[in-house]
Amino acid sequence: MNEPATMTYREAMREALRDALTTDERVFIMGEDVADYGGTYAVTKGLHEEFGRDRVRNTPLSESGFVGAGIGAALGGLRPIVEIMTVNFSLLALDQLVNTAAALLHMSGGQFNVPLVVRTTTGAGRQLAAQHSHSLEGWFAHVPGLKVIAPATPADARWMLPTALADPNPVIVFEHSGLYNDRGPVDPDGGPVDIDRAVVRRSGDQLTIVAWAGMLPKALEAAEQLAAGGVSAEVIDLRSLRPLDLPTVSASVERTHRALVVDEGWRTGGMNAELAAAITETCFWTLDAPVSRLASLEVPIPYAKHLETAAIPQVDDIVAAANALVGGAS
Amino acid sequence: MTTEVPPARLSGNHDLERRLLGDMIRIRVFEERCAELYGESKIRGFLHLYIGEEAVASGVMSCLQPDDAVLATYREHGHALLRGVSAASIMSEMFGKATGCSGGRGGSMHLFDAETRFFGGNAIVGGHLPLAVGLGLADQMLGRDGAVTVCFFGEGAMAEGEFHEAMNLAALWNVPVLFCCENNRYAMGTSLRSSESQVDLALKAASYALPAWSVDGMDVMEVYRATTKALSAIRAGGGPMFVEFQTYRFRAHSMFDPDLYRDPDEVERWKQRDPITTFANGLLTDGVIDDADFDALWTAARDETEAAVAAADAAPIEAVGTLLEHVTRPVEPTTVPDASGSRDQDEVDEVWP
Amino acid sequence: MTDSATFDYAMPSLGADMDEGRVIEWRVAPGDVVHRGDVIAVVETEKSDIDIEIWHDGIVDEFLVQVGQLVDVGTPIARLRSEGSSTPAPDPPPAAPVSASAPTARRVPASPLARRLATERGIEIAALRGSGPGGAVVESDVVAATIDAPPADDNGVPPEVIAPRRRSPDTMRALIAERMATANREIPHYHLSRDLDVGELETWLAAHNAQRSIADRILPAACFIRAVALAAARHRELNGFWVDDHFEAAEAVNVAMAISLRRGGLVTPHIERADERSLAEVMTALSDLVAAARAGNLRASWMTGATITITNLGDTGADSVHGVISPPQVALVGFGRTRQRPWVIDGRVAARPVVTATLAADHRATDGAVGSRFVAALADLIDRPEELL
Repeated sequence: MNEPATMTYREAMREALRDALTTDERVFIMGEDVADYGGTYAVTKGLHEEFGRDRVRNTPLSESGFVGAGIGAALGGLRPIVEIMTVNFSLLALDQLVNTAAALLHMSGGQFNVPLVVRTTTGAGRQLAAQHSHSLEGWFAHVPGLKVIAPATPADARWMLPTALADPNPVIVFEHSGLYNDRGPVDPDGGPVDIDRAVVRRSGDQLTIVAWAGMLPKALEAAEQLAAGGVSAEVIDLRSLRPLDLPTVSASVERTHRALVVDEGWRTGGMNAELAAAITETCFWTLDAPVSRLASLEVPIPYAKHLETAAIPQVDDIVAAANALVGGAS
Repeated sequence: MTTEVPPARLSGNHDLERRLLGDMIRIRVFEERCAELYGESKIRGFLHLYIGEEAVASGVMSCLQPDDAVLATYREHGHALLRGVSAASIMSEMFGKATGCSGGRGGSMHLFDAETRFFGGNAIVGGHLPLAVGLGLADQMLGRDGAVTVCFFGEGAMAEGEFHEAMNLAALWNVPVLFCCENNRYAMGTSLRSSESQVDLALKAASYALPAWSVDGMDVMEVYRATTKALSAIRAGGGPMFVEFQTYRFRAHSMFDPDLYRDPDEVERWKQRDPITTFANGLLTDGVIDDADFDALWTAARDETEAAVAAADAAPIEAVGTLLEHVTRPVEPTTVPDASGSRDQDEVDEVWP
Repeated sequence: MTDSATFDYAMPSLGADMDEGRVIEWRVAPGDVVHRGDVIAVVETEKSDIDIEIWHDGIVDEFLVQVGQLVDVGTPIARLRSEGSSTPAPDPPPAAPVSASAPTARRVPASPLARRLATERGIEIAALRGSGPGGAVVESDVVAATIDAPPADDNGVPPEVIAPRRRSPDTMRALIAERMATANREIPHYHLSRDLDVGELETWLAAHNAQRSIADRILPAACFIRAVALAAARHRELNGFWVDDHFEAAEAVNVAMAISLRRGGLVTPHIERADERSLAEVMTALSDLVAAARAGNLRASWMTGATITITNLGDTGADSVHGVISPPQVALVGFGRTRQRPWVIDGRVAARPVVTATLAADHRATDGAVGSRFVAALADLIDRPEELL
């Protein structure tokens, strides 16, 4: 066994891609500037030199075209990993993802599955303004036939990808742009991690904070501050937005009796709304307070740093919401 | 346009000619029965008939090999039928029965068949063109030399962005795909001139640096010759090609379409060029078939169709309990790389950061 | 903006340890004329829901906080203007929650968990007063209501600190533990007890009550309050506060009474200037306090400013109570149950009703001699009940 290495989220994801390209010759990567440029967030940097330009394949700016080609390649027996630069651009491929990738298996009566992995970045925090900063993973989580995951730690970045690739269904991997430089331990022999299970990142007994992707580090920091103030918060990393691991969430809320959902997406019709409803449905008789939601303000994410910061949930907001939930503990 | 009716040009291969005529008749009979069954409410949803366009599917499909892949539009009953999907399973699908080729999940617009590599039945106009590129890419990357993906679409799809993205990708990557544009001149009710700045569709396609040309889609032998030529080049590694088949649908866009946008005279003129009548007349004139042969083709088609209707009528419906099947395919443990399997992470396994 | 004609009303401090409060109900609406002493809102604190009064006459202009909003003490929560001044702004005040001004029969808000627990334990939710958001009954309220004997009754715990919070029972217990440990650690208690023969008091009271309607009858508890008040008035070293390492005698004698709530927990409203009032007035005040406490309508002015506290276990409790003082007060008087004891009168043993009174006093403020004189004064007053009138 090798010692767990410390690496960045970016390196962990690159390692996962390298591993996939090495162990399965059906796997190839395609997307905008994934080769020489190395990917916008440098995740695929250098891989084309190792695996060649066929398997680390640059595409033109044709999100619908190359996502559709990914679906076709999956149907044809390959294991494509399609990188879409940001989730905002994925809207240009929404037709392919929703109307075809998600629907094909059912529409064909179970004959044609689509083993496609789509990687895309999500989230704000880098002053990229309204066309590069949104958190739309909840939209995709709405769609039956898709699987939607959001690894938030380097270890999950490394080990959720193999599971996604082994899945016979289309899996969309959301990588929060704010996480790429985060460092964490990655066990080189860790082995694939389930992509349908949430995980408790911190134990607590007074409330359950449900977060994912870029909100996870904030939720953990908030939990630390809450602990200093005498409030014991459990933090669940949702990891998988579809399917939702409600049993893990419910088990926690049934112990803590309070739930706070922290979502970088918008509030109205958001993932947070789905979670709040699901928690209320499953945990109603054990709730001691209404399920609380913290989400981005209902505004396109602005450029200016202070405005961007104000638009998305921050640690202080989480602390305040948690305190309000447990009854104004100070 | 001209009202002159050009004669069908024969090939000298009489077996082929008889088969192509029979194929067109099979489609015609099947489609007319569908219209009738729609009126009886046996078939529901949207129903798009191929009557008038039979020469295109008949000519193209007769050139395909089992390893080839086919993608079609929502006007695809004929393509499925000629690809080898049984009339009974197609009709059962339209009846919403369990024995339908898509298990009753697809209906008229979504016929699928894995065995014959028939990838639908696609009802987002233009949406399946990128899939064809991907299927071609898979053939190319997996070394399945000679296999071709044939993608049918209407001229309406050429206004979609996905057409352009797919043509560009296909030419860029030199994938083995034959793009078959079935130009029936109307995207639903919008005429070609109203929807395309460039009505020369082959010229438009050629801008992506791939061979593109136009043929008479009412002449089954012309379709056959063009397809043969294109496929042999593609199979030899020539990359993607585009063929426009000029054709016409004799019926309205769908069953719920009063056909207000077409001049009845124009419809009538095109009907003079009915691909079955003109081709049959040629074969009768040349003595390739006689009246009895011709009647026998219709009879066989009717028998096939009626048997399909009877089978569909008798078929069981899919149990509602199976409704949620085929949304996602279960993960087979053997497909997980690394025999160690998935880690159970229910416990607090790491506190991060 | 305020001008000479307008003034803000800020979240009052209702106790030394109150840092923030939450308006859970407005009792007035914009446009209402209010007078000094009127209750204008109900504020939820960590201890209880408390009616807060206005200190100036005026007209309510607008509310500055929303119902349910937690604000620091001192935060302006309402804007008023002097009667007779013109409306300061032509536009109407922002839509403020005014439902409280037109109270309607409402379902008691309660969390699902509280409802479930209450059902399981046979407790009527409507009988509980909630400590949750918006006054909702939450888990801890139900748990508190099912505690057989409130801790304070057993231990003389100063009741302020055990009022239910919206915390888990474990957390509530932890809070009590912490506060009591602090009181015990910081206050050097001494305890002095004396058995009081209350036979004379009972006889006198029976005769007194016989001439009065049921509504006007005096209870022994009122007599104890008067007795403690008068004793404290005579021994002012025990009537006041220990602050900043010195004793400050209080100007008035405000006697707090521990009142246990059906939902569990205790409140300690006081009777202002109990030494200056008649026994009948004290009895009336006591009745009002108990009713208000049980109904959850305690006024803020009843909740702050107590100078000495009484805890009275009544007839089912222990014989004596060696209590813990509620800081910053320096004395607490506990009365045990009334029981028949052998008592020597004029050299003969007789059975007499006896109550043990125990003074808990802060040794930083007084010595035992002072406490002893206080206890003697108390016994003297109980022996001569007519002085309590």
